[in-house]
Amino acid sequence: MRHLIAALCAAVMAGPALAFVPQDGALGFQPAATRIAERIHTFHHFVLIIIVLITLLVLGLLMWIILRHNRKANPVPKKFSHNTLIEIIWTVVPALILVAIASQSFPNLYYQDVVPNLQQITDKSDAMIADGKTAQHERFAKDYFPEAAEKGFVNVKAQGNQWNWTYTYPDLIDDSGYPLEFVSNPVHVGISTDGDNYAGATGRTDFASKPKNLAVDYPMVIPEDRFVRYYTAAADVIHSWTVPAFGVKTDAVPGRLNEGWFLVEEPGIYYGQCSELCGVNHAFMPIEVRVVSQAQFDSWAEFMLAGDYEAAYATVDVFASTEQATQFAAKQ
Amino acid sequence: MPMDEVAIDHHDSHDHKPGFFTRWLFSTNHKDIGTLYLIFALIAGVVGYTLSGLIRWELAEPGIGVMTQFVAGEGDVAIQNAKHFYNTVITYHGLIMIFFMVMPALIGGFGNWFVPLMIGAPDMAFPRMNNISFWLTVAAFVLACISMTVPGGPGDGFGGGWVLYPPLSSTTGHPGPAMDVLILSLHTAGIASILGAINFIVTILNMRAPGMTMHKMPLFAWGVLITAVLLLLSLPVLAAALTMLLTDRNFGSQFFAPAGGGDPIMFQHLFWFFGHPEVYIMILPAFGIVSHIVSTFSKKPIFGYLGMAYAMVSIGVIGFVVWAHHMYTVGMDVDLKAYFVAATMVIAVPTGIKIFSWIATMWGGSIDFTVPMLWAIGFIFLFTVGGVTGVVLANAGIDHALHDTYYVVAHFHYVLSLGAVFGLFAGWYYWFEKMFGIKYNGMIGGLHFWLMFIGSNVLFFPQHFLGLQGMPRRYIDYADGFATWHMWSSIGYAITLVATLIFFVGLVEAMIRRRKGEANPWGEGATTLEWTLPSPPPFHQFNELPHVSNKGGH
Repeated sequence: MRHLIAALCAAVMAGPALAFVPQDGALGFQPAATRIAERIHTFHHFVLIIIVLITLLVLGLLMWIILRHNRKANPVPKKFSHNTLIEIIWTVVPALILVAIASQSFPNLYYQDVVPNLQQITDKSDAMIADGKTAQHERFAKDYFPEAAEKGFVNVKAQGNQWNWTYTYPDLIDDSGYPLEFVSNPVHVGISTDGDNYAGATGRTDFASKPKNLAVDYPMVIPEDRFVRYYTAAADVIHSWTVPAFGVKTDAVPGRLNEGWFLVEEPGIYYGQCSELCGVNHAFMPIEVRVVSQAQFDSWAEFMLAGDYEAAYATVDVFASTEQATQFAAKQ
Repeated sequence: MPMDEVAIDHHDSHDHKPGFFTRWLFSTNHKDIGTLYLIFALIAGVVGYTLSGLIRWELAEPGIGVMTQFVAGEGDVAIQNAKHFYNTVITYHGLIMIFFMVMPALIGGFGNWFVPLMIGAPDMAFPRMNNISFWLTVAAFVLACISMTVPGGPGDGFGGGWVLYPPLSSTTGHPGPAMDVLILSLHTAGIASILGAINFIVTILNMRAPGMTMHKMPLFAWGVLITAVLLLLSLPVLAAALTMLLTDRNFGSQFFAPAGGGDPIMFQHLFWFFGHPEVYIMILPAFGIVSHIVSTFSKKPIFGYLGMAYAMVSIGVIGFVVWAHHMYTVGMDVDLKAYFVAATMVIAVPTGIKIFSWIATMWGGSIDFTVPMLWAIGFIFLFTVGGVTGVVLANAGIDHALHDTYYVVAHFHYVLSLGAVFGLFAGWYYWFEKMFGIKYNGMIGGLHFWLMFIGSNVLFFPQHFLGLQGMPRRYIDYADGFATWHMWSSIGYAITLVATLIFFVGLVEAMIRRRKGEANPWGEGATTLEWTLPSPPPFHQFNELPHVSNKGGH
């Protein structure tokens, strides 16, 4: 907690790292940064209410039995062992509850799991506007972001290695025709020389402000309000690429290319951690995603393609405005 | 069936027990083998529980500072070694608890002891095969322990998790012999379990006392029968996957190597085709035990006997078609995920039937809160908590957020560590007097229950919060934001440690005091056949088979 407050104060004053980090003592999800995560949280809370009620029902029945059907309160046991009606009820009612859960579960699953067809989104949106269906369009836009759809996908490939991630941007091509590709190394691996190694490799002095076991040297960077299509692959063993605030998790499997999507509206620094046991340093190959304005992203990409990683990092190390930073702090 | 409807053959007198070595090493007696299994499970349980203690000790605070004390080297070298050591600790904790503690105790221990007694059989169908099953299990455990100490690759032992996913378990991740020894260990344990399963199936189908139809058979025997069928059908699939892994590792085959046209995900499908029935294998015998205890101490017949039996059958059947819900994030087609969501949620229906039937059995009863009854009621509540989080995780949409986090760890420990293990302790106290002919101390047993109940909830409940907040599984160290709940979780472990010590105190106390056991200490509610025999039962029972009346029923 103290770390977090310190980090936030530093962020608001100086403008660097504003981040979604795990909150100490928290009881629920990290704040949602995507519509996918929002929908997961809404659905989860719906199921949570049901399961809490069921658990309380069972607990209440048990307490009632303990108080009223014990040897003292009820010396002569009853002998019944059948009641067809109640048996039908406790078979049918749970089945109906499950149908209710499934009715939410499937739309949710298909929404997050199927990478949207952007052309269809644009067409549908245009059709709705043409037909004057504004309310319907508003609901549609909440899930499918027609304005972003017109700009196409930002494609990123995350390859898991023992123990770091390689990010490839197939759409960012350098002068020789190669796509942008860089390795994202963990800042912390749990040893005493972590600080020196980080400073030595990057020349930066901000080691102390880096959230432990979450930060990397060169983060994955994406522009805000854009559809991101990510691919996962692996070089050696299975890894899993995830960002809890985005509500996405996809295994990186050797020999396979998996895909997923998300769209982040709020700029910020988002963290995730490898989520499939991958060997010795499994706990030390975090994922850091920086969501920045399109202008910042473009200048970051330019520096990266030119090979000046530190200059590129500097462009995404601050928020576009202090206003943005304050908004961000408020959201935390 | 009430006792008076059963003709019993008492023959305590002509009890000729063989000498020590013949009796315990070459044993063919189902009760002696059952006792051996229980002693074995106790030993393996202590090992597995110690490993979990190391995990909780390390995770009590952020940073790496505990595992370093158990590995070679100083400073950063020790930390590097500790990371692999931690991975081996979680791996062997899982394997030992599943294969060498829960299964031997519930199936080998209580199954051997009470299936023949409950169905009125003199012994198991294949007594010598029973002996082989036990000693192969011991051999498998020894191999697993050896595997911990031979080179795995990054260090001694295999550190790829109990699920053994390649390429981490192939030569890419663990080139050393530890994984090969572990494969041998699991093959051996698998053969032992398959032989045991055949033995139970044949015994239950053929050796029930005259008049005991399948629909009059005690629910524990039903639970073990279904468990045995699941073992028989699922273990060969694990054996196939392990053999393919073995040839991948040693003979250049490429079943799971993408470079040679193989697929690592195929291993996961094969593994979970075994692995999901396996979780029901661990819980179904506990279902049976809890049914008997609830009925005995409510002094009422089991409510909805047939529904209870066929709920277990349907759990067993559906258990075979839901395996890929362990694999929602591997990159499956969305329609396939949707199928597994639907199939998995269906299991909640028969499970709900069981929970509510136990409650209905107690309803209107005249409950005695004996130690086994405490454990059984604890089981019902905690299994409900573990069950409902299973419904949450069944939804692939939510599981994408929670897969491989501590939420999953909390879920499966609620159904296994607090479900199967509470069922196990319930059975232990329920049958303690019957098996060993001495009484346990009720106060110590009650203390054991309450400390374990409080401790394991403090241990596992906060892990739900960690998981929701994004704490991944199998991590030796974590971000600072996870510190508080990890600390509480470790405090919970410390409470269970006290409970476990009290369990052993109770065991030793009972052995020293030797209060003589009665044939039926539980009174009118205890209606199954084992209570018609003295405690402990004679070396050979039912020389003249009991007759079960047709009038009875549940």
